[in-house]
Amino acid sequence: MKRLILTLLLVLGFAPICFAQDDFNATALRLGGSFGEQAEAVEKLGLSGDPRGLPLLQALADGKLARMPDGALRIGDADALTGAPADATGASPVRINNRVRAALRSALGRLQIVSPDPAERLRAADGILRSRSAQDLPLLDAALARETVPRIRERLVLAQGAARLASDDEAMKRAGIESLGASGSEAARTVLLEARTANAGLAEAIDAAVTRIDRQLAFRRAGELLFQGLSLGSVLLLAALGLAVTFGVMGVINMAHGEFVMLGAYTTFLVQEALRGTFLAPWALPLAVPAAFLVTALLGAVMERGLIRHLYGRPLETLLMTFGVGMMLQQAVRLIFGAQNREVSSPAWMQGTLMLPGEISVTQNRLWIIVFGIAVLLLVMAAIRFTRFGLEMRAVVQNRRIAATMGIRTGRVDALTFAFGSGIAGMAGVALSQIDNVSPNLGTGYIVDSFMVVVFGGVGSLAGTLIGALTLGVFNKLLEPYTGVVLAKVAVLVGIMLFIQRRPKGLFALKGRAADQ
Amino acid sequence: MTDILSHRLTRRAALLGMGAALATPAIHGASAQGAPIKVGVLHSLSGTMAISETALRDTVLMMVEGINSRGGLLGRRVEAVVVDPASNWPLFAEKARELLQVAKVDVTFGCWTSVSRKSVLPVFEELNGLLFYPVQYEGEEQSKNVFYTGAAPNQQAIPAVEYLMSKDGGEARRIALLGTDYVYPRTTNRILRAFLNSKGIADADIMEEYTPFGHSDWQGIVARVKRFAGEGKRTAIVSTINGDANVPFYRELGNQGIKAEDIPSVAFSVGEEELAGIDTKPLVGHLAAWNYFMSVNSPANTEFKNQWQAYIKNPRRVTNDPMEATLVGFKMWAQAVAKAGTTAVDAVREAMYGQKVDAPCGYTLEMHRNHHLSKPVMIGEVMENGQFNIVWKTPGPIVAENWSPFIPENASRRRG
Repeated sequence: MKRLILTLLLVLGFAPICFAQDDFNATALRLGGSFGEQAEAVEKLGLSGDPRGLPLLQALADGKLARMPDGALRIGDADALTGAPADATGASPVRINNRVRAALRSALGRLQIVSPDPAERLRAADGILRSRSAQDLPLLDAALARETVPRIRERLVLAQGAARLASDDEAMKRAGIESLGASGSEAARTVLLEARTANAGLAEAIDAAVTRIDRQLAFRRAGELLFQGLSLGSVLLLAALGLAVTFGVMGVINMAHGEFVMLGAYTTFLVQEALRGTFLAPWALPLAVPAAFLVTALLGAVMERGLIRHLYGRPLETLLMTFGVGMMLQQAVRLIFGAQNREVSSPAWMQGTLMLPGEISVTQNRLWIIVFGIAVLLLVMAAIRFTRFGLEMRAVVQNRRIAATMGIRTGRVDALTFAFGSGIAGMAGVALSQIDNVSPNLGTGYIVDSFMVVVFGGVGSLAGTLIGALTLGVFNKLLEPYTGVVLAKVAVLVGIMLFIQRRPKGLFALKGRAADQ
Repeated sequence: MTDILSHRLTRRAALLGMGAALATPAIHGASAQGAPIKVGVLHSLSGTMAISETALRDTVLMMVEGINSRGGLLGRRVEAVVVDPASNWPLFAEKARELLQVAKVDVTFGCWTSVSRKSVLPVFEELNGLLFYPVQYEGEEQSKNVFYTGAAPNQQAIPAVEYLMSKDGGEARRIALLGTDYVYPRTTNRILRAFLNSKGIADADIMEEYTPFGHSDWQGIVARVKRFAGEGKRTAIVSTINGDANVPFYRELGNQGIKAEDIPSVAFSVGEEELAGIDTKPLVGHLAAWNYFMSVNSPANTEFKNQWQAYIKNPRRVTNDPMEATLVGFKMWAQAVAKAGTTAVDAVREAMYGQKVDAPCGYTLEMHRNHHLSKPVMIGEVMENGQFNIVWKTPGPIVAENWSPFIPENASRRRG
């Protein structure tokens, strides 16, 4: 491997200034010194291009380098400098700090830019970009001449631009500014702004390049803001959908709605714990969706049959009673699971960032929740429109007595509808377990928002709930940069109050006879 | 006076030693003579702060068990009275009153957030109670009824920001102050802003944002910090986010790929216990500033860790700074009670001044007349295993400046 890299480096025409053995050893030993010494040694090894440094730096970065009391370095059971087997008892791991870590990234970048592995080369290009040093120019020119992968080329061009900007040559600097300006990336913008004070003479050219990048970035930034708004909207939508059924369709003011959401999140936790260590473990989250639906739907059915049906037409009593049930559910969960938060882990496909076309970066977990929110909405719409149960439900809502005369068991439909709404709340809990803390009071944070969305969208209208949730989400996120998180929420609430004054029935008011009930 | 708690003595020896030191006329054989001494525990066991405060209750219980196994205090048994104020600030005041008037506790260990401390303060002052407050805070307070065993701003916040601006810390010249919306973050950030201004950092290079308790949607804020950091100067985050909102905050940092080498963040309310519930791999290198880390190498710390893990029956449970501060406070209180020969608040208060404890942080800490401890400052980087790698510390304990010189109104209050 070492030999291969050395040959590659030579082929590239970048002749490493290999140290004399003593010099190399002295530098390498300083990797076990203070953070300042470490950072200097790392830099020196990186700039030398000496391939003997690579395993040492790699070990330091991975935390595998250890230091003997006499100052000698070990990697595992071998001497770090010679590779010969050596006693490593009493060695303590060499720790690094951010400064060393940053130096390592640049140094490893220089040594790994010739790696056959494209992922490693991409990391290497990023590392070199970080160093912003004119000394890297020959290396970068050589690497660019060979590189074929577009993503890596992009990073290399950036690194080259940054290195050119750091050189002493005016023409070279201008070339750097030009190529950075053309790249249209956030990273290039940062590099340019960093160099601005040191290059007062070029300020005009730099400003022009930054403006050019800003124009290109404007679209991307708007896209990201929109995504954030949609993401918040989808969370609101999920939280409110169940309520849109129980409150919107049935007219039951269910203050325990938030607790159903919370129970869904705890079901997710239980499913995850039950499947831990089995081959199904990676699928715990998708499997939790039906589980959460069943658990909360069952509970909803019990609650409707046992309590709520006795209080139909008495909204005040329903409100108080469901509020009490909510508190009991919270306390029950606190007794069973403890007051501490429970950790629901995210599967790998829900972590990290995804690049959408147009370089809009979005976080994976939020993206999946948007998808899930839309899927649940479609499911609910389909269930109401196309199933027998949905037909009966609509019939009972529109005219209970005529529906009963037609042979529909209205009591059973009521129970099923309430169970359905509760089950949806449970499914929302599965999604929320990914972005919020699973604690007994998870639901209380969403109950107000849910009612807000349903009332704003128009009671009884699913489309209203969708539009309402997304509007509120996007508005909230548009306001946030100017007002801060707390005030943005207040502003949205005030906005809704004013809106309800003008349109008491919300965005999508039901028309016709059904609306009068 | 020997430090009766830090040495493992037999019950008899402890009693003898205490008897000799105090020259009390007679301590009879049984350890539980007379009515027990009552210790109130006022920590949230539910709600958004439970993530942090539950361990503090357990620490007090551990100390109580420890002192009873050594024969109690003044020959009396010590009994803990635990209440749950549920992260509900007005409830803190109610529970404090209950502890003082109904349970008639001799001392109380409690509170984490400053808003809860502010809520109970009038109660303790009115009823002349004694509160030990174990968490770093914003200063600007000094009640004769409270002993503050956590850090004042000059023992945590200011050294941490100085570190971020140093060569080792990444030479940050732009600072994002993120916090939960209540008195501690707002006051701390006010002090920090004045401090940064005095170091030549303009207001344009300071970003300040607040979120409610339990906030979970961090995507906008983290994205704004990223943009703020892209303006050509090295940037760092100073986080005064409290409670379980930290979990989604760090998750978002990880998801948006903010690495500590690029934008380091230093937290003042996140320790080993809070990290226990998070995947720490994406957080390696992010910082926390405290006066103690579990990774400190000292005999007192080894003893503390062993005692804690044995008490909680979990060899992997972590210790953290507020737990250490609770332990130090409890030991000092016990020493002061032993010295005063009574649990009466006024006598114990006098006896508290000048008390010294060989603390797990590796230094001997002293309680000063300003009701604050002198403490060493340490800055740690998160490691993959959720522990902290101490990358910087003061050479020794420093005295608390609870009235910060960076708040102009304090000029008249400070003695010099």
